[in-house]
Order: sequence, then C-alpha cells, then structure tokens
Amino acid sequence: MAEREVGTFKVKSGLAEMLKGGVIMDVTTAEQAVIAEKAGAVAVMALERVPADIRQAGGVARMADPKKVKEIMRAVSIPVMAKVRIGHFVEAQVLEALEVDYIDESEVLTPADEQFHIDKWSFKVPFVCGARDLGEALRRIAEGAAMIRTKGEPGTGNVVEAVRHLRAVTGQIRRVVGTPTAELADMAKELRAPLTLVKEVKMLGRLPVVNFSAGGVASPADAALMMQLGADGIFVGSGIFKSANPAAMARAIVRATLHYQDAAVIAEVSEDIGEAMPGLEMSTLTPADRMQDRGY
Amino acid sequence: MKLGIIAIQGDVREHGAKFQALGVELVIVRRPRDLEGVAGLVIPGGESTTIGMLMQEYGLVDAVRERAAAGGLPIWGTCAGLILMAAEVIGPSPARLGLVDMTADRNAWGRQVSSFEVPLQVPVLGDRPFPAVFIRAPRIRRIGLGVTALASVDGQVVMAEAGPYLVSAFHPELTEDKRMHEYFITKVKNCSAMLS
Repeated sequence: MAEREVGTFKVKSGLAEMLKGGVIMDVTTAEQAVIAEKAGAVAVMALERVPADIRQAGGVARMADPKKVKEIMRAVSIPVMAKVRIGHFVEAQVLEALEVDYIDESEVLTPADEQFHIDKWSFKVPFVCGARDLGEALRRIAEGAAMIRTKGEPGTGNVVEAVRHLRAVTGQIRRVVGTPTAELADMAKELRAPLTLVKEVKMLGRLPVVNFSAGGVASPADAALMMQLGADGIFVGSGIFKSANPAAMARAIVRATLHYQDAAVIAEVSEDIGEAMPGLEMSTLTPADRMQDRGY
Repeated sequence: MKLGIIAIQGDVREHGAKFQALGVELVIVRRPRDLEGVAGLVIPGGESTTIGMLMQEYGLVDAVRERAAAGGLPIWGTCAGLILMAAEVIGPSPARLGLVDMTADRNAWGRQVSSFEVPLQVPVLGDRPFPAVFIRAPRIRRIGLGVTALASVDGQVVMAEAGPYLVSAFHPELTEDKRMHEYFITKVKNCSAMLS
C-alpha cells in the first residue's frame, strides 16, 4: 500500500470546499457551540470574546485559552476553527497541537508582527486569512492560506465594509480575466501579488481557494446579500450571540444562506427572530478602531 | 440523461464541473420537485449534520426515499453523502436516508490534521491507482451481505456498492481523474436500460 500524505494543499483547501454554502459561527462557550451546530452551522470559530466585546474590552486580544478550545472541540462534531494573532506562529503551533481543524490568522486579534504573516506552508493544519482586495487575498494564498475571507469590519454589525471588500475582489477578478496574458505581469505588480497566482485567477475566473464573507453580517438578509454578491459562504461573528435570540438568528441565517436567491424564504425566516445586534456606523470609528487595516 | 445533485452545501461545483466535462447535465436539487426527471442522484461532501438536517426540513429525505423505494434511482454518496446513505451511524447521527446496509463511523480517520491523500487501488476502475483525497472522512466499520467492497485502506472499506447505490469515503471530485464519475454514469445508464 502506498504511503498516505497528510497536510497537502489539496486536503487543506479541500476542507474549505466542503464548507461552501454554509455558515461558520463565532462561539465562546461549549453551550454556544451546541446552539450553532443545532442551527445548522458547518463549523464554529472558538474564541475568548466575540469581536464586538473585543472592541469594548480594548487592550491586547490573544488566542483563546486552550481549555476553552478543547471544551468546544469536545462539544460538537462539526469542524472547529480558532484564531491566532497575525504573525504569531507560536499561537498557531499551539492550536495545531490541539488539533483544531482550521486556524484563522485574524485581524480581530492584536497583530504580533507588523511585517510578516505566518508562513502557513510549514503547518499541517490549514489556515484562513482575511483580505480587503484581490492583491491581499493572493499574498495570503502565496503564504499558504487555503481559504480566504473578505474582512469587512468585525464586531460592527454593519455590512457595508463586507460589501466593499467582496466587490473589490470580484471587480478585480473581472479585470484580471479581461486582461491579455501578456499584460498580466503589470497587473501582478499593481496588485502586489505573484504572477503565477494572477495567471491562475485568469484561468479559473475566481480565486484559487474558497472565499467566504466576514465582518458585519448581522441578519439573514445580510447573509443572502453577500451570497448574491458571490461569496462561497458566510462567517458570522458577533451577529448571532449579540442578537436578542441567538438560536433563532442562527437558524435564520443558515436558511437564508442556503436559499439566498429565494426572497420568499428569506422573508419567511426573517420573521419574528428578535432584534439583531446593535450596529456601529463606520464614521464613528477612529483609525485605531478599524480592525480591517491590520495585516499587509 | 439528467443527473441531480443535492445542493444544500458542500462541493457541489466540483461535481458539476466533472459531469459537465463528461457531457452529462447535473441539476441542482434543493426541493423535492427538483428530483423530477433525474435519472440518478449525487450527494456531495460537506457537513453531514447540516446537509441531513436541512434535507429533512425541506422534505428531501422523504422524497428521495420514496423515489428509491419505487425502484431504480441510482445514488452516489461521497463522504458526507456516504454517512447519509448508511443504515447505521456511530457517533452523533444526522437525519439520513439509510439506504445501504452498512455502519459508518463519522470522522473516524481523525481530525483535519489527519486528513490525507493516497493512491488507491480500485480494481473496477482498472490498474492505475485512483488519487483518493480523504477529508475528515468517515470509516465504514461494517458492510452487510448485499454490499460489495470496491476499495480499502489499511483493511478498512472506503468504497462500496449495493444495487443502485455507490458510496465513497473520499472525494473524487477534488482530483483530475474522471473515472469514478464515468463509473457512476455507466451505473445510471445500466439501471435506466434495465427499467425501460
């Protein structure tokens, strides 16, 4: 029998392929993880605090307590993801040792390195990374990210930045597709991305890995909006457990993501699910408040 | 010939591309009415808990079972699809079709860090090994008398068939190799020929 190979890019990006069309929910306790799984989440993100609370608490936000991550892993049978600070490869080594299923190198936590992201090729566990445009997405993929999420602005309950970033990525992909191959080198320079990946985008007409939307989704209609704009799936952070009725909101967002093209279903699931999280207007954020500007 | 794919979530796009390349139309199945006129059905990889729950909720579990009971609906389940087709499941057990007499053990190869690729000997596909990608895959702990094992890893069955049903614990849609998709198309054609 031939040797088995673990940690290949195919198995890393393959898990993200299996999550497509689904909703990944932020949870901070085993009980919340169970609520998410019962609502139909395809995975959960284990963290110490949801982004809205991280904003509120201030100070340095770090990887979650391993005990908490393990409790959440024991509580559910769906994949469990967890966040590390940008560039903090030791937090990533710790999460790999815990055998989490995906690591999110996330701008929601306080960056640990202002120049380098983690070398994700050196891990067996796959990584998801945030991006605001095509160039940023391709730089992360070049570092070994097996999944991308457009950043949006976490913890705001305001979908406007999520829309901006997804439109930026899809608009730039259309430009790449329409650019003659001979002129792609110039485009790669403009995007600050490797030419080989830019060529791959042209060939595929999309990113070479799955791209979810994150950062501000707070209602079933928000989730369907991002799906109609071309997201492969949805991350919901504070939007569920900061709403008035998390179980109902979770359930509704999952169904709206599945039937994103069916307004009658979105209407039906949006009915009587309690109030969404209180949102933040972007103009009230100072530059230091903007998590999306973290990372390079 | 028209095939359907359960499109709740998961790797629907990859199966679609494969069948399209082989000249077979693959239609999206989200509601019982979408099953009309399909000669065969694919249940893709994804999260079996989520797919099972939402299939149940939208009436697809009953609708597929009815079509299957009426005879002659070939179904191919990969990974999560395999779990949904198993009569018995070890561990948290999603709503499912239970069409194949076997016991599936969810995520039994380990968590994602243990997900693997292996060149797999599949005699019905010829001598050349099949590039098999296992992602948080289930193990088949037991198969019934009417079930034929088609491939194994470390003595564990990873691909099997029973009458019109085909199951694989790995993901042929993630590789370039089209032989498994061709194998299922042939199965559907044979089944249709038998019925007509």
